[in-house]
Amino acid sequence: MTQRTDGPPDSGAEGGGPEGGALEHRRRCGPSWRTARPLRAMLVAGVGAASLVALVGTAVNGVVEPHVALAFCLVIAIGELTRINLPGNRESAPIAVSGAIAYALLISLGGEQVHHGAGQVVAVVALGVALGELPHVAVGRSPSVEGVARRVFTALLLAAAFRPLAAQLSLSGPSVQVVMLMALLVMVAWLVDVVVSAILRAERLRTRLRVAARDEARAQVATGGAIASSGVLIALACTVTGLVGLLVFSAPLLVSQVAFRRHAEVRRTYLETVRALSRVTEVGGYVENGHSRRVSRLAHGIACELGLSERELLELEYAALMHDIGQLSLHEPIAGGATVLASPREQRRIAELGSAIIRETGVLDNVAELVRRQCEPLHGDGDEGAPPLGCRIIKVANAFDDLVGDNRDVERRVAVVERLRMDTDSEYDPRVVDALAGVIRRG
Amino acid sequence: MRALPGGARVYVGIIVVSAVAIVLIGPYSGIDLGTLVLMVVLFVVAESISTHVLVDDEKAGISPSSAVALAAVVLVGPAGAAVVGFACCLALRRQILVKRAFNGAQYALAAYTAGHVYLLLGGTVGVPGQSDFPEIVFPYVAAVLTHTLINSLLIGLLMWGLGAGRAAGPRPRRWRPLLALEVTSIGYQMLGLAIAAVWGAVGIVAPLLILLPLFIARWTFGQQIAEARAHEATLATLCQAVETKDYYTRGHCMRVAEGAAMIAAELGMSAERVQKIRYAGMLHDIGKLGVPTKVIQKTGKLTDDEYAAIKLHPTRGYEIVREISFLDEALAGIRHHHERLDGRGYPMGLVGMEIPESARIISVADVFDCLTSTRSYRKAWSVEEAIAELRRCAGTQFDPKMVEALVRAVSREGWQTPDIAEPPGGHYGSTEDTELEGSNAPTSAEPAKRGGDEATKAAESTSAGVVTGGQDR
Repeated sequence: MTQRTDGPPDSGAEGGGPEGGALEHRRRCGPSWRTARPLRAMLVAGVGAASLVALVGTAVNGVVEPHVALAFCLVIAIGELTRINLPGNRESAPIAVSGAIAYALLISLGGEQVHHGAGQVVAVVALGVALGELPHVAVGRSPSVEGVARRVFTALLLAAAFRPLAAQLSLSGPSVQVVMLMALLVMVAWLVDVVVSAILRAERLRTRLRVAARDEARAQVATGGAIASSGVLIALACTVTGLVGLLVFSAPLLVSQVAFRRHAEVRRTYLETVRALSRVTEVGGYVENGHSRRVSRLAHGIACELGLSERELLELEYAALMHDIGQLSLHEPIAGGATVLASPREQRRIAELGSAIIRETGVLDNVAELVRRQCEPLHGDGDEGAPPLGCRIIKVANAFDDLVGDNRDVERRVAVVERLRMDTDSEYDPRVVDALAGVIRRG
Repeated sequence: MRALPGGARVYVGIIVVSAVAIVLIGPYSGIDLGTLVLMVVLFVVAESISTHVLVDDEKAGISPSSAVALAAVVLVGPAGAAVVGFACCLALRRQILVKRAFNGAQYALAAYTAGHVYLLLGGTVGVPGQSDFPEIVFPYVAAVLTHTLINSLLIGLLMWGLGAGRAAGPRPRRWRPLLALEVTSIGYQMLGLAIAAVWGAVGIVAPLLILLPLFIARWTFGQQIAEARAHEATLATLCQAVETKDYYTRGHCMRVAEGAAMIAAELGMSAERVQKIRYAGMLHDIGKLGVPTKVIQKTGKLTDDEYAAIKLHPTRGYEIVREISFLDEALAGIRHHHERLDGRGYPMGLVGMEIPESARIISVADVFDCLTSTRSYRKAWSVEEAIAELRRCAGTQFDPKMVEALVRAVSREGWQTPDIAEPPGGHYGSTEDTELEGSNAPTSAEPAKRGGDEATKAAESTSAGVVTGGQDR
């Protein structure tokens, strides 16, 4: 743990969520100490330093109740070993975190008071996490560094807040008041964690902090609830049952973890399928190779810039991947597949055919709507008013890619953005084009 | 359930009466009434919130309420646990009276038996103290196992009574998902001990702490099921979108998916593999997208180039879907579904058992559906004719094992043939005069009269999905 500083920016397995795969992290240039994400580096460095201090301090002062420390360390290591990747590429280790919470909140063990301090909690958690990560690192599945840092950070917060109180509380034993106090502390720790992860997410995706905070809170309310209540439960149960409780009462969390993992798998599969199937238009020769993906990636970048929520991002990604699917109904492909060059009527027809196909699924109505209105001009046509932001984003991203293609020449890209900007009074949304310019500028 | 068979009615009656008797007899001495009432309330709440998960098309519930029932075993003894179990019939959900009564009685009996097993093995009734651990774990585990066993037994008997007329047939049961379910539910039930252990210290807060993660898990399971359905619907729709290129192959992918799944299930594969093969069946012709529309819809003789383009479609399909990682082995099914046992297939000319199992399955399902549906140059064959044809080509083109599995499954479950009679007028520009031009295209009138070898080729060419004669090599 302690030696972890800023690792490679995209070491984690991508592909878990909306931004997985859609966003390719650029290879960093410049010296290794210059990072594009200073906040993350700060968190990692801070937590690393704290862990180091705690480890050294514990080693010097000796471990209090080593068998308890060892048991919790093992549980945390196992939990870290079985960490899961939740939708949105969020790494989570429910068992490790609730083990850490339990160790921080532990008052007594089978009637015997425990005396470990906050420093020892941090040291045990850091050691456990590091042990659990070793096998992953050995097979080349490096963790997301900020995920690890956040887990240790949560334990650090809780330990710092609760350990000083534990000595007094142990006299009264567990009671409803103590449980309330624990619940309160855990909730605060959860909130802090949400804020921290939101900051990191905003920094990574270059989206707005408020949007990121809302996304993180929504995404973590289920896992957080399960983890927190299990942590408190283990701490309480160990008071009565001793270390047996640690083993027995991780069970509910195990069930939750299985559920979370399966859910994440299904989500990932869904995205993979849509992504793969979006290539049918390419293989069919309707559009240029890689077009759907490039549009999707571009749309994602623009949408982050404009502060779309995670759910909207996902829908936008699906819509962008499938925006040309209506061409399947055409008898012969449009030359080069560039819909921007087709007549407006033809474009409208393709959009409507595609939307009809997507609507057929019965579950992607919002996506179908995005696809249907993707080629409407800025102020809409007909009585429906202006098309949704997602449509305007797809329109711009699609036009950009149709004109640029796989060309990576910067000058050409900037020229195309300027060309799109000339049409911002009627066709394209100026805000979207500005966001596109921002995305292009960053490369 | 409306019309229960006589035997089942008697059975339900016996169960309910004996449960009521147990609840009435007690004994209730030494049981804290407050605890009992709280447990009942908790049980009813837990039972009301729980939903059922679908496992392998069978409804099987795992519900956090059983943890409460087992906590009751420890806290209020067998009789108390029976009362708590019986409270199941008070659960807030739509259910007919008989089912309610049976469920309540079943839980009561299971909890009562579990309670006695618990006592017999040295467990004590009441809030366990620090001295009871870890000895209490053994009788508790025994109680959990008894509870699960009695519950499954009672339900199993009822199902057997109900399903006696239905005769499920020799279809291999899939135990694995059920087993996984049981293990999960035993994991849930271990929590009863946790509830009991912390009950003394923090009372009603304890079950809340324990049940929260469980409800979250259930909620996640529910989401996951919804998402899996969405996934399936999306896949199906996209496949059908691809098919719009050819009027005659409408619904083909879904029927091949069904047929492949039937064969796989008949061979006793696990539910997971069956599902993968179903998806592969659905996607098997997706590579046709890469074949120019005019070649696919051409009804005349194909040139060498056009035939080569057609032969590319399995590989094209594989390229499209290979990133869908969960399909893994089923991907080979898409790539090789035009291989033949005698090595004359494409794209790689694999021989015999070199051909992946999933490909052998899909190939049979594919050709079967082609034969039983109408093409632009012939009418659909009957199921019997198609089966005879498949049997004739078994060993040279198809794996006999797969053919027989399909025959068995179809004879038991039937086969949904497409109901397309005629294409909309003038759908194809060039159908009229070229329809039966190919020398060995099977004619609609008398499929049985065709020469043997020609039939094979016809089957092969139809399976390529190309509506033309004379394309065989």
